[in-house]
Amino acid sequence: MERKSLAFSVFVHLAALLLAAVILAPLVWLFVMSISPAADLSAKPLRWWPQSADFSRYQLLLSTVANSAGAAFTASLRNSLAVASMATVAAIALAIPAGWAVSRAPALNWSLSLVIATYMLPPVALAVPLYMGLSYLGLLNNVFGLALVYLTILAPFTTWLMKSGFDTIPREIEAAAMIDGASLWQTLRILTLPLAAPVVATSALFAFLLAWDEFFYALLFTSDQRAKTLTVAIADLAGGRVSDYGLIATAGVLAALPPVLIGFLMQRALISGLTSGGVKG
Amino acid sequence: MSGTWMTTRAWLLMAPLLAVMIAVIGWPLVDTVALSFTDAKLVGTGGNFVGLENYTKMLSSGNFQRTLVTTAWFAIISVAAEMVLGVLAALLLNQEFRGRTVLRALMILPWALPTVVNATLWRLIYNPEYGALNAALTQIGLLDSYRSWLGEPGSALTALIVADCWKNFPLVALIALAALQAVPREITSASLVDGAGPISRFRFVILPYLAGPLMVALVLRTIEAFKVFDIIWVMTRGGPANSTRTLSILVYQEAFSFQRAGSGASLALIVTLLVTVLAVAYAALVRKTAGSAA
Repeated sequence: MERKSLAFSVFVHLAALLLAAVILAPLVWLFVMSISPAADLSAKPLRWWPQSADFSRYQLLLSTVANSAGAAFTASLRNSLAVASMATVAAIALAIPAGWAVSRAPALNWSLSLVIATYMLPPVALAVPLYMGLSYLGLLNNVFGLALVYLTILAPFTTWLMKSGFDTIPREIEAAAMIDGASLWQTLRILTLPLAAPVVATSALFAFLLAWDEFFYALLFTSDQRAKTLTVAIADLAGGRVSDYGLIATAGVLAALPPVLIGFLMQRALISGLTSGGVKG
Repeated sequence: MSGTWMTTRAWLLMAPLLAVMIAVIGWPLVDTVALSFTDAKLVGTGGNFVGLENYTKMLSSGNFQRTLVTTAWFAIISVAAEMVLGVLAALLLNQEFRGRTVLRALMILPWALPTVVNATLWRLIYNPEYGALNAALTQIGLLDSYRSWLGEPGSALTALIVADCWKNFPLVALIALAALQAVPREITSASLVDGAGPISRFRFVILPYLAGPLMVALVLRTIEAFKVFDIIWVMTRGGPANSTRTLSILVYQEAFSFQRAGSGASLALIVTLLVTVLAVAYAALVRKTAGSAA
Protein backbone atom coordinates (compact mmCIF):
# COMPACT_ATOMS: atom_id res chain seq x y z
CA MET A 1 0.00 0.00 0.00
CA GLU A 2 1.13 3.49 -0.76
CA ARG A 3 1.50 5.78 2.25
CA LYS A 4 -1.24 8.39 2.45
CA SER A 5 -0.71 11.86 3.87
CA LEU A 6 -2.58 13.03 6.94
CA ALA A 7 -4.39 15.69 4.91
CA PHE A 8 -5.65 13.04 2.51
CA SER A 9 -6.88 10.88 5.36
CA VAL A 10 -8.74 13.83 6.92
CA PHE A 11 -10.28 14.60 3.54
CA VAL A 12 -11.44 11.00 3.09
CA HIS A 13 -13.05 10.92 6.53
CA LEU A 14 -14.82 14.23 5.99
CA ALA A 15 -16.10 13.10 2.60
CA ALA A 16 -17.33 9.85 4.16
CA LEU A 17 -19.20 11.80 6.83
CA LEU A 18 -20.77 13.98 4.16
CA LEU A 19 -21.86 10.95 2.13
CA ALA A 20 -23.32 9.29 5.23
CA ALA A 21 -25.23 12.50 6.03
CA VAL A 22 -26.59 12.78 2.48
CA ILE A 23 -27.82 9.17 2.57
CA LEU A 24 -29.19 9.21 6.10
CA ALA A 25 -30.67 12.68 6.58
CA PRO A 26 -33.82 12.17 4.44
CA LEU A 27 -34.42 8.70 5.92
CA VAL A 28 -33.95 9.79 9.51
CA TRP A 29 -36.26 12.73 8.86
CA LEU A 30 -38.94 10.37 7.52
CA PHE A 31 -38.77 8.40 10.76
CA VAL A 32 -38.65 11.54 12.94
CA MET A 33 -41.75 12.87 11.17
CA SER A 34 -43.54 9.60 11.88
CA ILE A 35 -43.00 9.90 15.66
CA SER A 36 -43.28 13.69 16.08
CA PRO A 37 -46.48 15.15 17.54
CA ALA A 38 -48.42 16.96 14.81
CA ALA A 39 -47.84 20.31 16.54
CA ASP A 40 -44.06 19.89 16.26
CA LEU A 41 -44.29 19.30 12.50
CA SER A 42 -46.24 22.49 11.87
CA ALA A 43 -44.21 24.61 14.29
CA LYS A 44 -42.26 27.59 12.98
CA PRO A 45 -39.35 27.40 13.33
CA LEU A 46 -39.63 23.70 12.65
CA ARG A 47 -38.85 21.42 15.58
CA TRP A 48 -36.26 18.93 14.31
CA TRP A 49 -36.43 16.56 17.24
CA PRO A 50 -39.69 15.66 19.02
CA GLN A 51 -39.96 16.46 22.71
CA SER A 52 -41.62 13.12 23.22
CA ALA A 53 -41.81 10.20 20.81
CA ASP A 54 -45.32 9.50 19.67
CA PHE A 55 -45.89 6.06 18.18
CA SER A 56 -49.66 6.34 18.07
CA ARG A 57 -49.72 6.67 14.28
CA TYR A 58 -48.22 3.21 13.90
CA GLN A 59 -50.97 1.89 16.12
CA LEU A 60 -53.55 3.78 14.11
CA LEU A 61 -52.35 2.53 10.71
CA LEU A 62 -51.99 -1.06 11.83
CA SER A 63 -55.39 -1.25 13.51
CA THR A 64 -58.13 -3.07 11.68
CA VAL A 65 -61.15 -1.21 13.05
CA ALA A 66 -63.72 -1.00 10.24
CA ASN A 67 -63.79 2.26 8.21
CA SER A 68 -60.71 3.69 9.93
CA ALA A 69 -57.53 4.90 8.24
CA GLY A 70 -56.03 1.69 9.59
CA ALA A 71 -58.53 -0.53 7.80
CA ALA A 72 -57.65 1.00 4.42
CA PHE A 73 -53.94 0.77 5.14
CA THR A 74 -53.93 -2.82 6.36
CA ALA A 75 -56.09 -3.83 3.40
CA SER A 76 -53.51 -2.34 1.02
CA LEU A 77 -50.73 -4.05 2.98
CA ARG A 78 -52.52 -7.38 2.55
CA ASN A 79 -53.09 -6.72 -1.15
CA SER A 80 -49.45 -5.84 -1.71
CA LEU A 81 -48.36 -9.02 0.07
CA ALA A 82 -50.82 -11.13 -1.89
CA VAL A 83 -50.02 -9.65 -5.31
CA ALA A 84 -46.25 -9.66 -4.80
CA SER A 85 -46.23 -13.24 -3.45
CA MET A 86 -48.46 -14.65 -6.19
CA ALA A 87 -46.56 -12.88 -8.95
CA THR A 88 -43.22 -14.00 -7.50
CA VAL A 89 -44.24 -17.66 -7.22
CA ALA A 90 -45.65 -17.65 -10.76
CA ALA A 91 -42.59 -15.90 -12.19
CA ILE A 92 -40.21 -18.36 -10.53
CA ALA A 93 -42.31 -21.33 -11.68
CA LEU A 94 -41.98 -20.07 -15.26
CA ALA A 95 -38.34 -19.03 -14.91
CA ILE A 96 -36.87 -22.27 -13.56
CA PRO A 97 -37.67 -24.50 -16.57
CA ALA A 98 -37.16 -21.69 -19.08
CA GLY A 99 -33.88 -20.54 -17.52
CA TRP A 100 -32.56 -24.09 -17.47
CA ALA A 101 -33.63 -24.74 -21.06
CA VAL A 102 -31.89 -21.62 -22.36
CA SER A 103 -28.79 -22.33 -20.34
CA ARG A 104 -28.48 -25.88 -21.72
CA ALA A 105 -29.68 -25.32 -25.29
CA PRO A 106 -27.90 -22.31 -26.83
CA ALA A 107 -30.20 -22.64 -29.84
CA LEU A 108 -32.87 -21.00 -27.68
CA ASN A 109 -30.80 -17.96 -26.81
CA TRP A 110 -32.61 -15.67 -29.23
CA SER A 111 -35.93 -16.37 -27.54
CA LEU A 112 -34.48 -15.22 -24.21
CA SER A 113 -33.07 -12.10 -25.86
CA LEU A 114 -36.54 -11.39 -27.18
CA VAL A 115 -38.05 -11.83 -23.72
CA ILE A 116 -35.40 -9.57 -22.16
CA ALA A 117 -35.86 -6.93 -24.85
CA THR A 118 -39.35 -6.39 -23.44
CA TYR A 119 -37.59 -4.56 -20.61
CA MET A 120 -37.34 -1.60 -22.95
CA LEU A 121 -41.09 -1.43 -23.46
CA PRO A 122 -42.60 1.38 -21.46
CA PRO A 123 -45.58 0.01 -19.50
CA VAL A 124 -47.76 2.60 -21.24
CA ALA A 125 -47.27 0.64 -24.49
CA LEU A 126 -49.20 -2.30 -22.98
CA ALA A 127 -51.51 -0.49 -20.60
CA VAL A 128 -54.54 0.15 -22.82
CA PRO A 129 -55.01 -3.42 -24.14
CA LEU A 130 -54.23 -4.85 -20.69
CA TYR A 131 -56.90 -2.57 -19.22
CA MET A 132 -59.42 -3.67 -21.84
CA GLY A 133 -58.43 -7.33 -21.44
CA LEU A 134 -58.70 -7.30 -17.64
CA SER A 135 -62.00 -5.49 -17.92
CA TYR A 136 -63.28 -8.15 -20.36
CA LEU A 137 -62.19 -10.96 -18.00
CA GLY A 138 -63.67 -9.21 -14.97
CA LEU A 139 -60.20 -8.96 -13.43
CA LEU A 140 -59.99 -5.19 -12.98
CA ASN A 141 -59.58 -4.21 -9.33
CA ASN A 142 -58.59 -7.79 -8.56
CA VAL A 143 -55.40 -9.08 -6.94
CA PHE A 144 -55.20 -12.04 -9.33
CA GLY A 145 -55.48 -9.78 -12.36
CA LEU A 146 -52.79 -7.46 -11.03
CA ALA A 147 -50.46 -10.38 -10.23
CA LEU A 148 -50.94 -11.64 -13.80
CA VAL A 149 -50.00 -8.23 -15.19
CA TYR A 150 -46.92 -8.12 -12.94
CA LEU A 151 -45.58 -11.15 -14.81
CA THR A 152 -44.79 -8.73 -17.67
CA ILE A 153 -42.10 -7.27 -15.41
CA LEU A 154 -41.11 -10.21 -13.21
CA ALA A 155 -40.92 -13.14 -15.62
CA PRO A 156 -38.25 -11.82 -18.04
CA PHE A 157 -36.15 -10.63 -15.13
CA THR A 158 -36.27 -13.89 -13.13
CA THR A 159 -35.65 -15.99 -16.26
CA TRP A 160 -32.51 -14.02 -17.00
CA LEU A 161 -31.30 -14.43 -13.39
CA MET A 162 -32.07 -18.16 -13.38
CA LYS A 163 -30.30 -18.65 -16.69
CA SER A 164 -27.17 -16.95 -15.32
CA GLY A 165 -27.43 -19.19 -12.25
CA PHE A 166 -27.76 -22.43 -14.25
CA ASP A 167 -24.80 -21.33 -16.39
CA THR A 168 -22.57 -21.69 -13.31
CA ILE A 169 -23.65 -25.30 -12.69
CA PRO A 170 -21.52 -27.58 -14.90
CA ARG A 171 -23.64 -29.60 -17.28
CA GLU A 172 -21.20 -32.52 -16.94
CA ILE A 173 -22.74 -33.28 -13.52
CA GLU A 174 -26.13 -33.65 -15.19
CA ALA A 175 -24.70 -35.76 -17.99
CA ALA A 176 -23.04 -38.07 -15.46
CA ALA A 177 -26.32 -38.57 -13.59
CA MET A 178 -28.14 -39.37 -16.80
CA ILE A 179 -25.50 -41.89 -17.83
CA ASP A 180 -26.12 -43.54 -14.46
CA GLY A 181 -29.72 -43.98 -15.56
CA ALA A 182 -31.50 -40.99 -14.02
CA SER A 183 -34.26 -39.47 -16.14
CA LEU A 184 -34.10 -35.79 -17.07
CA TRP A 185 -36.82 -35.02 -14.52
CA GLN A 186 -34.99 -36.90 -11.75
CA THR A 187 -31.71 -35.20 -12.61
CA LEU A 188 -33.27 -31.76 -12.42
CA ARG A 189 -35.17 -32.46 -9.22
CA ILE A 190 -32.47 -34.26 -7.26
CA LEU A 191 -29.32 -32.67 -8.62
CA THR A 192 -29.70 -29.37 -10.44
CA LEU A 193 -32.46 -27.66 -8.46
CA PRO A 194 -30.81 -28.08 -5.03
CA LEU A 195 -27.59 -26.71 -6.50
CA ALA A 196 -29.53 -23.76 -7.91
CA ALA A 197 -31.42 -23.10 -4.66
CA PRO A 198 -29.45 -19.92 -3.78
CA VAL A 199 -30.16 -18.46 -7.22
CA VAL A 200 -33.84 -19.32 -6.88
CA ALA A 201 -33.92 -17.54 -3.52
CA THR A 202 -32.14 -14.44 -4.87
CA SER A 203 -34.38 -14.28 -7.93
CA ALA A 204 -37.48 -14.63 -5.77
CA LEU A 205 -36.37 -11.81 -3.46
CA PHE A 206 -35.60 -9.53 -6.40
CA ALA A 207 -38.94 -10.36 -7.98
CA PHE A 208 -40.75 -9.66 -4.72
CA LEU A 209 -39.03 -6.27 -4.43
CA LEU A 210 -39.99 -5.36 -8.00
CA ALA A 211 -43.63 -6.28 -7.39
CA TRP A 212 -43.73 -4.49 -4.02
CA ASP A 213 -42.36 -1.34 -5.69
CA GLU A 214 -44.72 -1.36 -8.70
CA PHE A 215 -47.02 1.64 -9.00
CA PHE A 216 -48.13 2.34 -12.58
CA TYR A 217 -50.22 -0.78 -13.25
CA ALA A 218 -51.58 -0.78 -9.70
CA LEU A 219 -52.71 2.84 -10.15
CA LEU A 220 -54.51 1.97 -13.39
CA PHE A 221 -56.01 -1.40 -12.58
CA THR A 222 -57.14 -1.08 -8.96
CA SER A 223 -59.73 1.23 -7.50
CA ASP A 224 -60.63 0.27 -3.93
CA GLN A 225 -59.69 -1.74 -0.85
CA ARG A 226 -60.29 -5.04 -2.61
CA ALA A 227 -57.10 -4.68 -4.67
CA LYS A 228 -55.38 -1.34 -4.05
CA THR A 229 -51.75 -1.93 -3.18
CA LEU A 230 -49.55 -0.12 -0.70
CA THR A 231 -47.90 2.12 -3.31
CA VAL A 232 -51.28 3.39 -4.49
CA ALA A 233 -52.50 3.83 -0.91
CA ILE A 234 -49.43 5.93 -0.10
CA ALA A 235 -49.77 8.03 -3.24
CA ASP A 236 -53.42 8.61 -2.25
CA LEU A 237 -52.32 9.74 1.21
CA ALA A 238 -49.59 11.99 -0.19
CA GLY A 239 -51.90 13.59 -2.75
CA GLY A 240 -54.98 13.72 -0.54
CA ARG A 241 -56.15 16.12 2.09
CA VAL A 242 -54.41 14.48 5.03
CA SER A 243 -53.42 17.32 7.34
CA ASP A 244 -51.13 15.23 9.54
CA TYR A 245 -47.91 14.83 7.58
CA GLY A 246 -46.66 12.47 10.26
CA LEU A 247 -49.29 9.95 9.19
CA ILE A 248 -48.02 10.01 5.60
CA ALA A 249 -44.48 9.52 6.90
CA THR A 250 -45.60 6.59 9.06
CA ALA A 251 -47.18 4.87 6.07
CA GLY A 252 -43.91 5.42 4.19
CA VAL A 253 -41.82 3.89 6.97
CA LEU A 254 -44.09 0.83 7.15
CA ALA A 255 -44.02 0.35 3.36
CA ALA A 256 -40.25 0.72 3.29
CA LEU A 257 -39.51 -1.76 6.08
CA PRO A 258 -39.85 -5.05 4.16
CA PRO A 259 -37.73 -4.02 1.14
CA VAL A 260 -35.11 -2.37 3.35
CA LEU A 261 -34.79 -5.54 5.45
CA ILE A 262 -34.57 -7.66 2.28
CA GLY A 263 -32.02 -5.21 0.88
CA PHE A 264 -29.76 -5.62 3.90
CA LEU A 265 -30.18 -9.40 3.85
CA MET A 266 -29.20 -9.71 0.22
CA GLN A 267 -26.43 -7.14 0.17
CA ARG A 268 -23.91 -9.65 -1.03
CA ALA A 269 -26.19 -11.19 -3.65
CA LEU A 270 -27.15 -7.73 -4.86
CA ILE A 271 -23.57 -6.64 -5.34
CA SER A 272 -22.48 -9.85 -7.07
CA GLY A 273 -25.58 -9.60 -9.26
CA LEU A 274 -24.59 -6.07 -10.21
CA THR A 275 -21.07 -7.13 -11.06
CA SER A 276 -22.08 -10.12 -13.16
CA GLY A 277 -24.61 -7.92 -14.95
CA GLY A 278 -21.79 -5.48 -15.60
CA VAL A 279 -19.43 -8.12 -16.92
CA LYS A 280 -22.05 -9.71 -19.14
CA GLY A 281 -23.05 -6.38 -20.68
CA MET B 1 -26.93 -35.69 -25.23
CA SER B 2 -28.04 -35.52 -28.82
CA GLY B 3 -28.73 -32.06 -30.14
CA THR B 4 -32.25 -32.22 -31.58
CA TRP B 5 -33.64 -34.26 -28.67
CA MET B 6 -32.22 -31.70 -26.29
CA THR B 7 -33.58 -28.80 -28.29
CA THR B 8 -37.08 -30.28 -28.41
CA ARG B 9 -37.04 -30.81 -24.63
CA ALA B 10 -35.72 -27.31 -24.15
CA TRP B 11 -38.53 -25.80 -26.21
CA LEU B 12 -41.07 -27.74 -24.14
CA LEU B 13 -39.59 -26.31 -20.94
CA MET B 14 -39.55 -22.84 -22.45
CA ALA B 15 -43.14 -23.09 -23.68
CA PRO B 16 -44.98 -21.99 -20.50
CA LEU B 17 -42.91 -18.81 -20.25
CA LEU B 18 -43.37 -18.03 -23.93
CA ALA B 19 -47.12 -18.66 -23.72
CA VAL B 20 -47.50 -16.28 -20.78
CA MET B 21 -45.26 -13.66 -22.44
CA ILE B 22 -47.34 -13.81 -25.61
CA ALA B 23 -50.52 -13.39 -23.57
CA VAL B 24 -49.40 -10.48 -21.38
CA ILE B 25 -46.85 -8.72 -23.64
CA GLY B 26 -47.10 -9.92 -27.24
CA TRP B 27 -50.84 -9.64 -27.68
CA PRO B 28 -51.19 -6.29 -25.86
CA LEU B 29 -48.37 -4.84 -27.95
CA VAL B 30 -49.96 -5.96 -31.22
CA ASP B 31 -53.30 -4.62 -30.00
CA THR B 32 -51.69 -1.28 -29.12
CA VAL B 33 -50.40 -1.07 -32.70
CA ALA B 34 -53.87 -1.87 -34.04
CA LEU B 35 -55.51 0.67 -31.71
CA SER B 36 -53.07 3.38 -32.72
CA PHE B 37 -54.65 3.51 -36.20
CA THR B 38 -58.16 4.03 -34.81
CA ASP B 39 -60.09 6.68 -32.95
CA ALA B 40 -61.14 4.15 -30.28
CA LYS B 41 -62.18 5.33 -26.84
CA LEU B 42 -61.08 3.57 -23.66
CA VAL B 43 -64.58 2.23 -23.05
CA GLY B 44 -67.21 1.35 -25.61
CA THR B 45 -66.92 -0.08 -29.09
CA GLY B 46 -63.91 -0.49 -31.35
CA GLY B 47 -63.60 2.88 -33.09
CA ASN B 48 -62.94 3.62 -36.75
CA PHE B 49 -59.80 3.23 -38.78
CA VAL B 50 -58.16 6.62 -39.19
CA GLY B 51 -54.82 5.64 -40.73
CA LEU B 52 -51.82 7.64 -39.58
CA GLU B 53 -53.89 10.55 -38.33
CA ASN B 54 -53.10 9.90 -34.62
CA TYR B 55 -49.39 9.85 -35.36
CA THR B 56 -49.29 13.00 -37.45
CA LYS B 57 -51.46 14.82 -34.95
CA MET B 58 -49.33 13.76 -32.01
CA LEU B 59 -45.96 14.42 -33.64
CA SER B 60 -46.96 17.90 -34.74
CA SER B 61 -48.60 18.91 -31.45
CA GLY B 62 -46.79 21.45 -29.31
CA ASN B 63 -47.70 19.38 -26.23
CA PHE B 64 -45.73 16.41 -27.49
CA GLN B 65 -42.70 18.48 -28.45
CA ARG B 66 -42.61 20.29 -25.12
CA THR B 67 -43.01 17.00 -23.27
CA LEU B 68 -40.22 15.40 -25.29
CA VAL B 69 -37.88 18.24 -24.32
CA THR B 70 -38.88 17.93 -20.64
CA THR B 71 -38.30 14.16 -20.72
CA ALA B 72 -34.92 14.47 -22.42
CA TRP B 73 -33.87 17.15 -19.94
CA PHE B 74 -34.95 15.04 -16.98
CA ALA B 75 -33.17 11.96 -18.35
CA ILE B 76 -29.92 13.67 -19.34
CA ILE B 77 -29.46 15.74 -16.19
CA SER B 78 -30.52 13.10 -13.68
CA VAL B 79 -28.52 10.28 -15.30
CA ALA B 80 -25.41 12.48 -15.74
CA ALA B 81 -25.59 13.58 -12.11
CA GLU B 82 -26.11 10.00 -10.94
CA MET B 83 -23.08 8.83 -12.91
CA VAL B 84 -20.78 11.56 -11.59
CA LEU B 85 -21.97 11.28 -7.98
CA GLY B 86 -21.93 7.49 -8.18
CA VAL B 87 -18.34 7.32 -9.41
CA LEU B 88 -17.18 9.87 -6.83
CA ALA B 89 -18.89 7.92 -4.04
CA ALA B 90 -17.35 4.68 -5.33
CA LEU B 91 -13.84 6.20 -5.40
CA LEU B 92 -14.41 7.30 -1.82
CA LEU B 93 -15.73 3.90 -0.71
CA ASN B 94 -12.69 2.29 -2.31
CA GLN B 95 -10.43 4.15 0.14
CA GLU B 96 -9.65 2.78 3.58
CA PHE B 97 -11.34 4.53 6.48
CA ARG B 98 -13.16 3.59 9.66
CA GLY B 99 -16.79 2.68 9.12
CA ARG B 100 -16.35 1.85 5.44
CA THR B 101 -18.35 -1.38 5.68
CA VAL B 102 -21.19 0.40 7.45
CA LEU B 103 -21.28 3.21 4.91
CA ARG B 104 -21.31 0.70 2.05
CA ALA B 105 -24.23 -1.09 3.67
CA LEU B 106 -26.07 2.24 4.04
CA MET B 107 -25.86 2.75 0.27
CA ILE B 108 -28.42 -0.06 -0.08
CA LEU B 109 -31.06 2.03 1.72
CA PRO B 110 -32.07 4.53 -1.00
CA TRP B 111 -32.04 1.70 -3.54
CA ALA B 112 -34.34 -0.45 -1.40
CA LEU B 113 -36.74 2.38 -0.56
CA PRO B 114 -39.84 1.98 -2.77
CA THR B 115 -40.00 4.67 -5.49
CA VAL B 116 -43.38 5.87 -4.27
CA VAL B 117 -42.12 6.21 -0.70
CA ASN B 118 -39.10 8.15 -1.97
CA ALA B 119 -41.39 10.47 -3.92
CA THR B 120 -43.65 10.95 -0.89
CA LEU B 121 -40.66 11.64 1.36
CA TRP B 122 -39.30 14.35 -0.93
CA ARG B 123 -42.75 15.81 -1.41
CA LEU B 124 -42.89 16.27 2.36
CA ILE B 125 -39.36 17.72 2.41
CA TYR B 126 -40.30 20.25 -0.32
CA ASN B 127 -43.62 21.15 1.33
CA PRO B 128 -44.13 24.93 0.92
CA GLU B 129 -45.40 25.54 4.47
CA TYR B 130 -43.98 22.85 6.72
CA GLY B 131 -41.23 21.27 4.63
CA ALA B 132 -37.79 20.52 6.03
CA LEU B 133 -35.97 22.17 3.10
CA ASN B 134 -37.57 25.56 3.66
CA ALA B 135 -37.04 25.27 7.41
CA ALA B 136 -33.39 24.25 7.09
CA LEU B 137 -32.53 26.91 4.49
CA THR B 138 -34.21 29.72 6.46
CA GLN B 139 -32.69 28.64 9.76
CA ILE B 140 -29.16 28.75 8.35
CA GLY B 141 -29.92 32.02 6.61
CA LEU B 142 -29.77 30.94 2.96
CA LEU B 143 -33.43 31.71 2.29
CA ASP B 144 -35.43 34.79 3.29
CA SER B 145 -38.94 33.46 2.80
CA TYR B 146 -40.45 30.01 2.24
CA ARG B 147 -40.66 28.83 -1.36
CA SER B 148 -42.99 26.41 -3.07
CA TRP B 149 -40.34 24.19 -4.62
CA LEU B 150 -42.75 21.91 -6.41
CA GLY B 151 -45.30 24.63 -7.05
CA GLU B 152 -43.16 26.90 -9.23
CA PRO B 153 -42.47 25.92 -12.84
CA GLY B 154 -38.94 27.24 -12.48
CA SER B 155 -37.87 24.86 -9.72
CA ALA B 156 -40.21 21.84 -9.88
CA LEU B 157 -38.24 19.82 -12.43
CA THR B 158 -34.93 20.45 -10.66
CA ALA B 159 -36.51 19.42 -7.35
CA LEU B 160 -37.68 16.19 -8.99
CA ILE B 161 -34.24 15.52 -10.43
CA VAL B 162 -32.66 15.92 -6.98
CA ALA B 163 -35.13 13.42 -5.50
CA ASP B 164 -34.50 10.95 -8.34
CA CYS B 165 -30.72 11.28 -8.04
CA TRP B 166 -30.75 10.71 -4.30
CA LYS B 167 -32.49 7.38 -4.84
CA ASN B 168 -30.42 6.20 -7.80
CA PHE B 169 -26.84 7.40 -7.42
CA PRO B 170 -26.07 4.84 -4.67
CA LEU B 171 -26.82 2.02 -7.11
CA VAL B 172 -24.36 3.48 -9.63
CA ALA B 173 -21.88 3.81 -6.76
CA LEU B 174 -22.23 0.12 -5.86
CA ILE B 175 -21.76 -0.94 -9.49
CA ALA B 176 -18.69 1.30 -9.85
CA LEU B 177 -17.30 0.11 -6.53
CA ALA B 178 -17.58 -3.53 -7.58
CA ALA B 179 -15.67 -2.65 -10.77
CA LEU B 180 -13.02 -0.68 -8.85
CA GLN B 181 -12.35 -3.64 -6.61
CA ALA B 182 -11.53 -5.67 -9.71
CA VAL B 183 -8.62 -3.33 -10.54
CA PRO B 184 -5.45 -5.29 -9.64
CA ARG B 185 -3.39 -3.69 -6.89
CA GLU B 186 -0.16 -4.22 -8.85
CA ILE B 187 -1.38 -2.01 -11.67
CA THR B 188 -2.18 0.98 -9.46
CA SER B 189 1.10 0.67 -7.58
CA ALA B 190 3.02 0.31 -10.84
CA SER B 191 1.45 3.51 -12.15
CA LEU B 192 2.51 5.25 -8.93
CA VAL B 193 6.07 4.12 -9.43
CA ASP B 194 5.88 5.44 -12.97
CA GLY B 195 4.91 8.81 -11.48
CA ALA B 196 1.31 9.04 -12.65
CA GLY B 197 -0.66 11.81 -10.93
CA PRO B 198 -4.12 11.13 -9.49
CA ILE B 199 -5.96 12.43 -12.58
CA SER B 200 -3.96 10.59 -15.19
CA ARG B 201 -4.09 7.52 -12.95
CA PHE B 202 -7.90 7.73 -12.93
CA ARG B 203 -8.09 8.41 -16.65
CA PHE B 204 -5.66 5.77 -17.93
CA VAL B 205 -5.44 3.11 -15.21
CA ILE B 206 -8.79 2.99 -13.44
CA LEU B 207 -11.32 4.22 -16.00
CA PRO B 208 -10.78 1.33 -18.44
CA TYR B 209 -11.92 -1.05 -15.69
CA LEU B 210 -14.95 1.12 -14.95
CA ALA B 211 -16.03 1.75 -18.52
CA GLY B 212 -17.86 -1.52 -19.20
CA PRO B 213 -19.95 -1.74 -16.02
CA LEU B 214 -20.63 2.01 -16.09
CA MET B 215 -21.89 1.83 -19.67
CA VAL B 216 -24.36 -0.87 -18.65
CA ALA B 217 -25.52 1.25 -15.72
CA LEU B 218 -25.80 4.24 -18.04
CA VAL B 219 -27.95 2.34 -20.53
CA LEU B 220 -30.29 0.93 -17.90
CA ARG B 221 -30.63 4.24 -16.04
CA THR B 222 -31.26 6.21 -19.25
CA ILE B 223 -34.00 3.85 -20.38
CA GLU B 224 -35.59 4.02 -16.94
CA ALA B 225 -35.33 7.81 -16.82
CA PHE B 226 -36.92 8.08 -20.26
CA LYS B 227 -39.88 5.98 -19.10
CA VAL B 228 -40.18 7.83 -15.77
CA PHE B 229 -43.70 7.96 -14.34
CA ASP B 230 -44.00 7.06 -10.63
CA ILE B 231 -41.89 9.74 -8.99
CA ILE B 232 -43.42 12.49 -11.13
CA TRP B 233 -46.99 11.31 -10.68
CA VAL B 234 -46.64 11.24 -6.89
CA MET B 235 -44.75 14.53 -6.57
CA THR B 236 -46.31 16.85 -9.16
CA ARG B 237 -48.61 14.90 -11.54
CA GLY B 238 -46.78 16.69 -14.34
CA GLY B 239 -47.50 20.20 -13.02
CA PRO B 240 -47.19 23.06 -12.32
CA ALA B 241 -48.20 24.40 -15.74
CA ASN B 242 -47.06 21.05 -17.25
CA SER B 243 -43.46 21.93 -16.43
CA THR B 244 -42.70 18.39 -15.21
CA ARG B 245 -44.88 16.48 -17.66
CA THR B 246 -42.87 13.63 -19.18
CA LEU B 247 -43.86 11.34 -22.04
CA SER B 248 -45.28 8.58 -19.82
CA ILE B 249 -47.42 11.14 -17.98
CA LEU B 250 -48.65 12.50 -21.32
CA VAL B 251 -49.62 9.01 -22.51
CA TYR B 252 -51.43 8.38 -19.23
CA GLN B 253 -53.39 11.60 -19.58
CA GLU B 254 -54.26 10.97 -23.22
CA ALA B 255 -55.30 7.31 -22.84
CA PHE B 256 -56.76 7.25 -19.33
CA SER B 257 -57.65 10.78 -18.21
CA PHE B 258 -59.12 11.77 -21.59
CA GLN B 259 -59.96 8.13 -22.43
CA ARG B 260 -58.64 8.52 -26.00
CA ALA B 261 -57.27 4.98 -26.36
CA GLY B 262 -56.40 5.37 -30.05
CA SER B 263 -54.23 8.48 -29.86
CA GLY B 264 -52.87 7.34 -26.50
CA ALA B 265 -51.71 4.12 -28.15
CA SER B 266 -50.00 5.98 -30.99
CA LEU B 267 -48.21 8.16 -28.45
CA ALA B 268 -47.15 5.11 -26.43
CA LEU B 269 -45.67 3.56 -29.57
CA ILE B 270 -43.77 6.74 -30.40
CA VAL B 271 -42.27 6.58 -26.89
CA THR B 272 -41.45 2.89 -27.37
CA LEU B 273 -39.72 3.67 -30.63
CA LEU B 274 -37.66 6.44 -29.02
CA VAL B 275 -36.59 4.14 -26.19
CA THR B 276 -35.68 1.41 -28.69
CA VAL B 277 -33.56 3.78 -30.77
CA LEU B 278 -31.81 4.92 -27.58
CA ALA B 279 -31.19 1.34 -26.49
CA VAL B 280 -29.84 0.24 -29.88
CA ALA B 281 -27.52 3.24 -30.09
CA TYR B 282 -26.31 2.54 -26.58
CA ALA B 283 -25.83 -1.17 -27.24
CA ALA B 284 -23.50 -0.28 -30.11
CA LEU B 285 -21.63 2.07 -27.78
CA VAL B 286 -21.38 -0.61 -25.08
CA ARG B 287 -19.93 -3.08 -27.57
CA LYS B 288 -17.39 -0.47 -28.66
CA THR B 289 -16.43 0.37 -25.06
CA ALA B 290 -16.14 -3.31 -24.15
CA GLY B 291 -13.96 -3.84 -27.21
CA SER B 292 -11.57 -0.99 -26.45
CA ALA B 293 -11.39 -1.77 -22.71
CA ALA B 294 -10.48 -5.43 -23.27
